[in-house]
Amino acid sequence: MQRIGVFVCHCGSNIAATVDVKKVTETALMEPGVVHAEDYQYMCSEAGQAKIAAAIAEKNLTGIVVCSCSPRMHETTFRTCAERAGINPYMVEIANIREHCSWIHKDVEEATKKAVILMRAAVAKVNLNTPLKPGESRVTKRALVIGGGIAGIQTALDIADAGYEVDIVEKTPSIGGRMSQLDKTFPTLDCSACILTPKMVEAAAHDKINIYTYSEVEQVSGFVGDFTVDIRKKARSVDMNKCTGCGLCQEKCPSKKTPSEFNRGLNTRTAIYTPFAQAIPNVPVIDREACIKFKTGKCGLCSKVCAAGAIDYEQKDEIITRKYGAIVVATGFDVIKLDKYDEYAYSQSRDVITSLELERIMNAAGPTKGHLQRLSDGREPKNIVFVQCVGSRCADERGKSYCSKICCMYTAKHAMLIRDKYPDVNVTVFYIDVRTPGKNFDEFYRRAVEEYGVNYIKGQVGKVCPEPDGSLTVYASDLLDNKQLRMSADMVVLAAAIEPSASVRQIATMLTASIDTNNFLTEAHPKLRPVESPTAGVFLSGVCQGPKDIPETVAQAGAAAVKAIGLLAKDKLMTNPCTAKADELMCNGCSQCANVCPYGAISYETRLVMGPGVRENRRVAVVNNALCQGCGACTVTCPSGAMDLQGFSNRQIIAEVDAICR
Amino acid sequence: MNKSDLLAEQIREISGVNPKKCMKCGKCSATCPSFDKMDIKPHQFVSYVDNDDIEPLTKSKSLWHCLSCFACVERCPRGVKPGKLIDAARQIAERQRGGDYLTPDEIPELFDEDTPQQLIVSAFRRYRK
Repeated sequence: MQRIGVFVCHCGSNIAATVDVKKVTETALMEPGVVHAEDYQYMCSEAGQAKIAAAIAEKNLTGIVVCSCSPRMHETTFRTCAERAGINPYMVEIANIREHCSWIHKDVEEATKKAVILMRAAVAKVNLNTPLKPGESRVTKRALVIGGGIAGIQTALDIADAGYEVDIVEKTPSIGGRMSQLDKTFPTLDCSACILTPKMVEAAAHDKINIYTYSEVEQVSGFVGDFTVDIRKKARSVDMNKCTGCGLCQEKCPSKKTPSEFNRGLNTRTAIYTPFAQAIPNVPVIDREACIKFKTGKCGLCSKVCAAGAIDYEQKDEIITRKYGAIVVATGFDVIKLDKYDEYAYSQSRDVITSLELERIMNAAGPTKGHLQRLSDGREPKNIVFVQCVGSRCADERGKSYCSKICCMYTAKHAMLIRDKYPDVNVTVFYIDVRTPGKNFDEFYRRAVEEYGVNYIKGQVGKVCPEPDGSLTVYASDLLDNKQLRMSADMVVLAAAIEPSASVRQIATMLTASIDTNNFLTEAHPKLRPVESPTAGVFLSGVCQGPKDIPETVAQAGAAAVKAIGLLAKDKLMTNPCTAKADELMCNGCSQCANVCPYGAISYETRLVMGPGVRENRRVAVVNNALCQGCGACTVTCPSGAMDLQGFSNRQIIAEVDAICR
Repeated sequence: MNKSDLLAEQIREISGVNPKKCMKCGKCSATCPSFDKMDIKPHQFVSYVDNDDIEPLTKSKSLWHCLSCFACVERCPRGVKPGKLIDAARQIAERQRGGDYLTPDEIPELFDEDTPQQLIVSAFRRYRK
């Protein structure tokens, strides 16, 4: 018989305001096995934990029930406390009377009743708990970073500088990401390339960093400390070891009509290409969909002009399988498609562009060599209208519910840069709110207004009409003057919402990392564990977790690196002892458990099974404790009830249900 | 609940619109074709309902200048649908006059000669028996 102590937490007023904690405590004393019960204001505090430890010593407790917040919050806290006081940590159960009770109910009587029931269920379970001992698993001292933008590069550099091997997997032909497409960066207006390219070079030259560009993660198995990842290295059709990066192939390539991804389709590129001049690696790829040689078998010009003999039309995709201890997701973002916002005439006029397209136009290496011009006729615009929140803060399915966070600042940047270089150009910005929290951010926006004469109007653009003379009529509201405006513009720039890269869903599925309704990866805790995924060993870096600017991305990249380093620095990890276990006397070897196991943890062996009246060689299920994650799928599938989950046995769960129904 | 609150509640019910969702961006007023003729502008209409300030709305000229073109409904990023609020206020105004419906004979009297045809068509669509 267990000797159980029940500890009821007030959580300040979080629980105590809705649940009669005294009553829960008194009722607990009448439960079977309970020899001690008390309540306290903050059970998780040092004083609260001391009460638990003292009771364990005084009353010789063998099991603990803490009625408090969610086990996701403090299960570890109380288990550690119990372990220090000398009892097995798996003899501790949490009755969640906060998230599952006080926070969601208003009626004190009803809530108290429910809290008592939750306490009873936990006590019933502890009565059947057995001490469990975690096993150990090894840690592969190598990290994988998915995504080679500034987030991925910074994370990789920080991990590598700590002395661990890092692989970066980047799906495009070069690392650099979105930041490489930007012209200047706020709030200092320094050149994006000037601060990014040295980091790219540093990553490429680092002896601990290995970069796979034009590659994608294909499959992930394993678990924290011991992931096995298949990386598909797509056929580049160019031998990386032979290519000297002279660029002759690109000059001679006759297939020149593919829209340039790097320049957001504003101009075209050849079939054999590097995305941009400072690409790393400076080795082109052949886009087989566009290449004449691949489409018709004729051409082969690039191969003829390549002095190094690097062109290899026969190259095939290669699968690289590697082990990693930690995985960092840094898959970044894209801007949303604007096809549902036809009122802004984005698809009707080439002079209605997104802000990212404007970045390319303003960039000296861009399609217009940095000259601000209309894409339709090459004229320099005289009146430019910026529209904020296009698809951001949207309640309907056309856009995104969140604020994209970076648009207010980059629009102020664009407006300022234009007014600086072309002082005779009128710049008008329509805004709903100007959101500039951040160091030197509001000052930056005010400079745009006060020093550069950018015309900020509180109101929104309702529609943009392309006129026969090539101009654009902008219909907008001026809410402060309570006026409707109709103005002529030569160029309209839309601050389109940003969204996580399309590939993130697939990657999250492979990693069993959770994502929210907007496809942003979910943190383990929104405040206290912001760079960790709830999936152990998976870390988050950059916009894949939520909208953020470059300084925030770099900060988060460093934080994710530190978390990964903290994991890689360990030689061994404690494994979860709540794993499945097959009772060989009951197992009939039907294989149903192995079929449902998502972790491939169940195998079969034929062995001599001995029991009352049984002595035969039989095929039985065997669980690999290192692989089993304790999900319980096998236990509910097993037709003969042979499979049980340690710490969550069928008996324990039925006892809980019985206690609830009593 | 006083009379104005009650009317505001009715407008919210008839329209199915929650004016609290408005983020005051002004997109509704940006393209409203009747903006210049309205004494209470579409975006203000939303605030009036939100503030339970209904009497000015039922007396407003805007009711009879809204074309029900629904550009504001289509483009509102928050799903507030100002046009539907105006519709509902118009219905309240009609009820206060003693009927749920307009007869075709009444409609021409409500308009001045500048009234666009679209409004008349829209009124028939909405208030026919």
